[in-house]
Amino acid sequence: MNNKLFKKEIRLSGSGGQGLITAGIILARAAVLDKVRVTQTQSYGPESRGGASRADVIISNDEFYYPEAVNFDVLLSLTQEACDKYIVNLKDSGILIADTSNIKNIVHTDSKVYELPFTDIAMNKLGTTLPTNILTLAFLVKITGVVTENSLKTAVSNSVKSQYVDLNIKALKIGFKLASEEMAKQ
Amino acid sequence: MSNNKIKPKTVLMQGNEAIARGALAAGLDFFAGYPITPSTEIAEICSVELPKIKGKFIQMEDEIASISAIIGASLAGARTMTATSGPGYSLMTEGIGFAKMTETPCVVVNVMRGGPSTGLPTKPSQSDIMQARWGNHGDAPAIALYPNSVSESYALSIRAMNLAEKYRTCVVILSDEVLGHMREPIELPDISKVKIVKRVTPTKPPEWYQHYPDNPKYPMPKACFGEGYRFHVTGLSHDAKGFPTNRADETKILMDRLRNKIAYHIDDIVQIENYQMHDAKIVIFAAGITSRAAKEAVMMARKKGIRVGMMRPLTIWPFPDALVKKYLGEKKAIIVPELNEGQLSLELKRVMGGIWNYETRKTKKIKEINRTDGLLITPDQILQTIMEVK
Repeated sequence: MNNKLFKKEIRLSGSGGQGLITAGIILARAAVLDKVRVTQTQSYGPESRGGASRADVIISNDEFYYPEAVNFDVLLSLTQEACDKYIVNLKDSGILIADTSNIKNIVHTDSKVYELPFTDIAMNKLGTTLPTNILTLAFLVKITGVVTENSLKTAVSNSVKSQYVDLNIKALKIGFKLASEEMAKQ
Repeated sequence: MSNNKIKPKTVLMQGNEAIARGALAAGLDFFAGYPITPSTEIAEICSVELPKIKGKFIQMEDEIASISAIIGASLAGARTMTATSGPGYSLMTEGIGFAKMTETPCVVVNVMRGGPSTGLPTKPSQSDIMQARWGNHGDAPAIALYPNSVSESYALSIRAMNLAEKYRTCVVILSDEVLGHMREPIELPDISKVKIVKRVTPTKPPEWYQHYPDNPKYPMPKACFGEGYRFHVTGLSHDAKGFPTNRADETKILMDRLRNKIAYHIDDIVQIENYQMHDAKIVIFAAGITSRAAKEAVMMARKKGIRVGMMRPLTIWPFPDALVKKYLGEKKAIIVPELNEGQLSLELKRVMGGIWNYETRKTKKIKEINRTDGLLITPDQILQTIMEVK
């Protein structure tokens, strides 16, 4: 990351159980490794066991204090419900990353939209949908550059149980590759 | 966090974890509690960490038993803590009064959630500010600290443990659901260098020992059960050895000591943060999680050229009366955002109510922003009020 001042408000949204809060924590840990400021908050209610769930990560190299994301620079949505609920607060200059395995309609937005069937890709390539959160997080990081890829990789290895590290690193690589392909198309 | 770059050896930690780890760094060796959202992580971490250092963790049957257990353990020499939220705190108030009356050090954490009653278990609130002051029956001063970040949760947890020992009383740490569950980088100190106020052991022979001396110096010497010193512990008014008394002169000494040990040491106990106050005309007075929005609002207003500052009490009780008068007396307007129906602002009105504003030729206006729907007050909301009063 260069020395220019930046502040990114990121909301990861979906349904409870999809691992979005874990993804938020991993992203925040990667930011700590990058030595920038970060605050991570989340919805804590019954929605963490189903229903619209969210994790907010604010990353900046400048001073900031308010801990929740208000106007998002990046919105990641894994479900239709979460996408519909939060897209109104996405900045016009922001980025929406939508999982088309679950999201069929995206309301009109001036933001940049990346639509990919992340859940289906995880199922096809890894035989399980479990690491969809890491796959999409890797995609997000490659597209936005909010943290370095190396820090994200270290944060993933440090955060998941040892028997799942290989699976999640595979998911991470798929996410990075998908992002490279998307960026090549632009 | 004053540097742009965070130093190495920082870890990402949750607010509740920081409170637990701060207390452990300050020598916590006994925790009794009953889990309740949004404070549960504190008990959870203590249940894992305390056995490793031969400390004790007990999950009690309820909050009344929890506060009783930590008072008993403290009398036997342990450094103790319990953690709860509003509904549990209500149950603990009887024990908190007992700890204050018997001058037994202990720390109670109240991670505030929406109320009254069971209210909003998973949403933030600041509605126990007055309960932390007046929760117990009878007149007794209170010490309550309220951090606004993860690293400060750690620091104030250490401070609370030390203040409890120093002034022999129950110290309350206030937090809230967002602060408790929020994760931020924290640079952990070298635990061997953490300043710990140790319990001073009496030097008098046991037969001369007074558990409640008339004119003590702080921290006052205190024997623990099992050390050979004899003293009596009761919630009734008591004399120097702790035995019940009805006598007015002995009761007066007791009540004066309970009040004065805090009142005479306000400068040692009270901490505030002033942000952009040097030339501010409008001041936001905010504590805990709301002060995060307030600081952001100050930055936004300053970009518009409006001279706004923020004053934040880290020590809620005793209330920083003198500092409030000193720093807010000359200001044009004061905005008090809080997640309750006006508890901090009530206290400000008590202190500031009679202060004449020369500019408006009226008694100074205190503008409240109150929110009790379970959501945080946003920087935009505060900025809007700044625009109204400027």
